[in-house]
Amino acid sequence: MSTLTGTRHLVRLVLRRDRFLLPLWVLLLAVLPVSYAASFFELFPTAAERAAYTEGTARNPSIVALLGPVYGDSVGALTAQRSGFLLVIVALASLLTVIRHTRTEEEAGRRELLGGSVLGRHAGLTAALLVTYAADVVLGLLTAAGLHATGLPAAGSYAYGLVAALTGMVFATLGGLAAQLTGSAGGARGIGVAGLGAAFGLRLIGDTAGNDWPSWLSPLGWAARVRAYEGERWWVPLLPLAATVLLAALAYPISVRRDLGAGVLPPRFGPADAGGALSGPFGLAWRLHRGQLMWWSVGFGLLGLILGGAAEAAGRSVQGNAQLEQIMARIGGASGLADAYLGATLSVAGLAATGYGIQAALRMRAEESAGRAEPVLATATHRSTWLLSHVTFALLGPVVVLTVTGLATGLTYGLSVGDVPRQMGRMLGAALAQTPAAWVLAGLAVLLYALLPRQASAAWAVLAACVLLGQLGAVLDLNQWLLDLSPFTHTPQTLRPTWTVTPLLLLTALAVTLAAAGLLTFRRRDIPVP
Amino acid sequence: METTIEVAGLVKTFGRTRALDGLDLTVRTGEVHGFLGPNGSGKSTTIRVLLGVLRADAGAVRLLGGDPWRDAVALHRRLAYVPGDVTLWPNLSGGEVIDLLGRLRGGLDSKRRADLLYDFELDPRRKGRTYSKGNRQKVGLVAALASDVELLILDEPTSGLDPLMEEVFQHWVRRARQDGRTVLLSSHILAEVEALCDRVTIIRAGRAVESGTLGDLRHLHRTAIDAEVTAPIDGLADLPGVHNLRVDGHRVRFDVDAVALDPALRRLTELGVRSLVSTPPTLEELFLRHYESAER
Repeated sequence: MSTLTGTRHLVRLVLRRDRFLLPLWVLLLAVLPVSYAASFFELFPTAAERAAYTEGTARNPSIVALLGPVYGDSVGALTAQRSGFLLVIVALASLLTVIRHTRTEEEAGRRELLGGSVLGRHAGLTAALLVTYAADVVLGLLTAAGLHATGLPAAGSYAYGLVAALTGMVFATLGGLAAQLTGSAGGARGIGVAGLGAAFGLRLIGDTAGNDWPSWLSPLGWAARVRAYEGERWWVPLLPLAATVLLAALAYPISVRRDLGAGVLPPRFGPADAGGALSGPFGLAWRLHRGQLMWWSVGFGLLGLILGGAAEAAGRSVQGNAQLEQIMARIGGASGLADAYLGATLSVAGLAATGYGIQAALRMRAEESAGRAEPVLATATHRSTWLLSHVTFALLGPVVVLTVTGLATGLTYGLSVGDVPRQMGRMLGAALAQTPAAWVLAGLAVLLYALLPRQASAAWAVLAACVLLGQLGAVLDLNQWLLDLSPFTHTPQTLRPTWTVTPLLLLTALAVTLAAAGLLTFRRRDIPVP
Repeated sequence: METTIEVAGLVKTFGRTRALDGLDLTVRTGEVHGFLGPNGSGKSTTIRVLLGVLRADAGAVRLLGGDPWRDAVALHRRLAYVPGDVTLWPNLSGGEVIDLLGRLRGGLDSKRRADLLYDFELDPRRKGRTYSKGNRQKVGLVAALASDVELLILDEPTSGLDPLMEEVFQHWVRRARQDGRTVLLSSHILAEVEALCDRVTIIRAGRAVESGTLGDLRHLHRTAIDAEVTAPIDGLADLPGVHNLRVDGHRVRFDVDAVALDPALRRLTELGVRSLVSTPPTLEELFLRHYESAER
């Protein structure tokens, strides 16, 4: 029997299971660079405007740290740089897709079910890699064709598309290797994300320090160094190609040698007895939520540091560009362009913190459907206590994430304008002003979980609708009553000179009502709902 | 005699499915009560009503003298539950889960915890995600058996355990009964039920179809007789309660209802018994009868 027997069937299984998710991220990540190119054409029609933007913003160290270097002031060069962070997301999506179809399957025991039928040893890993590679290639082709269609040169467009695809493939293969190393999908994701973080860190150091050799060690660094639109270096894509082959050459032998279900790294042991903290429902909730909460806080803290550091330059760079000034004014008010930029940034952080809140609330559904809620509720734990132990994180988690974001943003912005204490206070206020709207959606998620447990994930759809209303509302001039449906519409811009506290109080009252209704409903319903 | 669980006319519906359809169940204090029935007959639903996580639609349910829905928290301090498929938190060690569940119930006997870990050969340091199915069940069993509670509710607790561990489990259930605990044991393993249970309830399609001691249940069913007699065989076929009569020369085989056993044996002795084998119904036969009719 060939080691690849059955790969074709597994490819079809993977495609069937990912028939919505895969096209979604491929399409989204292919469209965004095209939209960046289109907006650069619109915002900076003249070379002089582009040169000013490049000097003022694109070469700003904070922007370079986040996105990567810029190699010229053409629309193509600016687009390639602006898309730099998208490559991180392409890498992450590819990595997680491969792990989802290898180690996660094995951990759930589904691989064993299939392994009993006629399947070659390499079939599982190969099928996951093939599908993800294909997705990356489609993404690269769509991006290149789209960029070319906006009027950018073909060579640069295809160079960018090529490195986008190859970057995805490198990290897909890293995911395949990580899946062989540990016994758990969580551990494999940890290894993969750590690898991606290291690649980002190396690129960040190389691009902002004087000497750029660390960037040459990072797949994310290579992607920029192909110099799309600015004298393409066609040999650079050989580097990610070689890395892909090398990682695959490491992963395949391990996948043959190890036992099904096992990893290469030994499983880590835990304590034989529970510590004092793990003694009640809240102790359990803390154990279940603390990891996520820490990572969200660290991630948003870093983002806050970078974005806060870029604000002053961003505010300065648009001066003189009438169209952009007008747009910025529409987003955040004319009192200060840096404030408008920071206000917009923190409202995006507010949306993301809402994501944390919903995720924490829906954790209850995961606990219930995995069968872990019932044994706890069969102890002397009141239903309300169990619910509140999770709701605490759904409501206080966004506060923690936004506090960290606000303080970090205020710190770097304060340093750049020489007024740290005042800016930290202002940014903390502006960040915390987002919490009542986040609470409304977290409260809605709690109510949905209690009332319609099977449909609880609809809370994500509500968040997506709010994001769309917020992004498209101003552009499409939508009806005000429609915009008013989103709680985020009512969040005041506290960086402006005048704002009122009333909407915050009303939003908080609404959130409390929703969560309380959820609590009352939950006390009456059957558990578990399958 | 005191009762720990008293269920009468229990009804529970899910949408259009009637999962429990007038179920009766009585568990006396201090006994090990076997709870048998085919898959989907309503055993786990009954147990969830007893635990107060599902709400009964109709019927009377008393558990440890209280209402399992209204007094859930107070009653849960006095009972421990092991589900048929124990799922653990992937990042908590087995020992942490045992202690956590024990503390949530109000305390563990740490001496007994150590003995149970030793007897079940369970490594408490492993993380939840690394345990096999059998070891996950052991985590649930240790947590329940180490608790100082009056009632143990065990829902097919030994699925995935090997025969050696099955012995350990039976030993600890006997010990629990000696300590005066009451046990409700839902099970598919007939040897386990025969070895442990004082009384048994068999349910099918949400109703109790049999209840009593194993002796009582056997009494309700046919005994198989295989005999050799000296006289020509006659006068058996028309006895009420005799079934499947097969005559082969001087050898006769038939099944007889418990109530007709005495007249049938009298008739045999009249014919002059040379040899006699009587086989009482096995639990398996009782069981299969209900399982098969469930299929139909």
